[in-house]
Amino acid sequence: MDRNEWPLWEVFIRSRNGLDHKHCGSLHAPDARMALQNARDIYTRRMEGVSIWVVRSDQIHASDPEAKPEMFDPAEDKIYRHPTFYKLPREVDHM
Amino acid sequence: MYTQAIDLPNQDTESPRPDAQAPDNPDYEAQFEATLSRGDFIEPKDWMPEAYRKTLVRQISQHAHSEIVGMLPEGNWITRAPTLKRKAILLAKVQDEGGHGLYLYAAAETLGVSRDALVEALHNGKAKYSSIFNYPTLTWADIGAIGWLVDGAAIMNQIPLTRCSYGPYARAMIRICKEESFHQRQGFDLLLTMMRGTPQQRAMVQDAVNRWWWPVLMMFGPHDSASTHGEQSARWGIKRISNDDLRQKFVDATAPQAQVLGVTLPDPQLRWNEARGHWDFGPIDWQEFWNVVNGHGPCARERIAERVKAHEDGAWVREAALAYARKQAAAA
Repeated sequence: MDRNEWPLWEVFIRSRNGLDHKHCGSLHAPDARMALQNARDIYTRRMEGVSIWVVRSDQIHASDPEAKPEMFDPAEDKIYRHPTFYKLPREVDHM
Repeated sequence: MYTQAIDLPNQDTESPRPDAQAPDNPDYEAQFEATLSRGDFIEPKDWMPEAYRKTLVRQISQHAHSEIVGMLPEGNWITRAPTLKRKAILLAKVQDEGGHGLYLYAAAETLGVSRDALVEALHNGKAKYSSIFNYPTLTWADIGAIGWLVDGAAIMNQIPLTRCSYGPYARAMIRICKEESFHQRQGFDLLLTMMRGTPQQRAMVQDAVNRWWWPVLMMFGPHDSASTHGEQSARWGIKRISNDDLRQKFVDATAPQAQVLGVTLPDPQLRWNEARGHWDFGPIDWQEFWNVVNGHGPCARERIAERVKAHEDGAWVREAALAYARKQAAAA
């Protein structure tokens, strides 16, 4: 079948100023303007947002879930990156 | 809900799954089982057994179809609502159901099926939807009964799904459950208003409750002993509470609400069982259940015909919007 399906978009919503935009779902729309319009109707019917981003799903590059170990494990043995690694004298431990 | 179209290295979005190449890798299988037993979520790009994926596609899309078809019995009453207030409420509820269908289609699409294929399966009768929507809405009281009973039963079914093992489905269910509570409360409120009205209005409420009660109990599905997918789904964390347990929970919650409303439920065997700590209820007519599930419900044909017509009538809009978008993109 010819791909006459509207392309897929990912929707990101800032729930209020001071917070990040957060991924909340996806939808089909022919272009960006209608994607925004649809996102408003689908994801903000109860004042869930003050700002919406939409981005074509095929424009997002994702890390490979198969490569989780190579990608994320190297941080595991670097516990000296955490403040709790350092045992300081009690008088100054609130540092 | 991270969708199938997100670009991953070496991935053909048209193929069923990239992992279909390695279906029997024991390492993957073990990792998958370990994730489930830790109570962790499975996300779209993670390896999953083909049967798990298929079960989810079937369940999530049936759920989506139910939301979409569910708009029809109520949509019929939008122009007939008795007041502007009730009309606005019903419009909002029906719009929510459209939204719920869309969240769920999007969740199903993360498993590598296209929206077109899902919609086509509904229209050609291959996919099922909740049998409850094949019953007619004869009076305004039916709109209240649907909210109170049908949405009440749906909430019972859906709350455990917010903890299901597939991330996108669980997240869609959280959103849906938040919105569903309004549906049930507006229904009870509608019926309560009618119960405070004339004797004819009270009779309408009782009549609607009489007609909806048994079909609603059937919404929880066959007895656990006759349920084909129950055990595997429980093991996969897709279904956390059994059909019969959910049904009992629903009866326990609803019987006292009926007393507050001032209606009787059409079951002479319904009574509080002190020893069990639950309400006892009479046997369900499973013949009727299978009859309706298999497409012989009073409104089955009408519902799908209406859906197909709406889809076909809207085809030119979808095509025009796409043609416009392509033209704009080409000109840019």
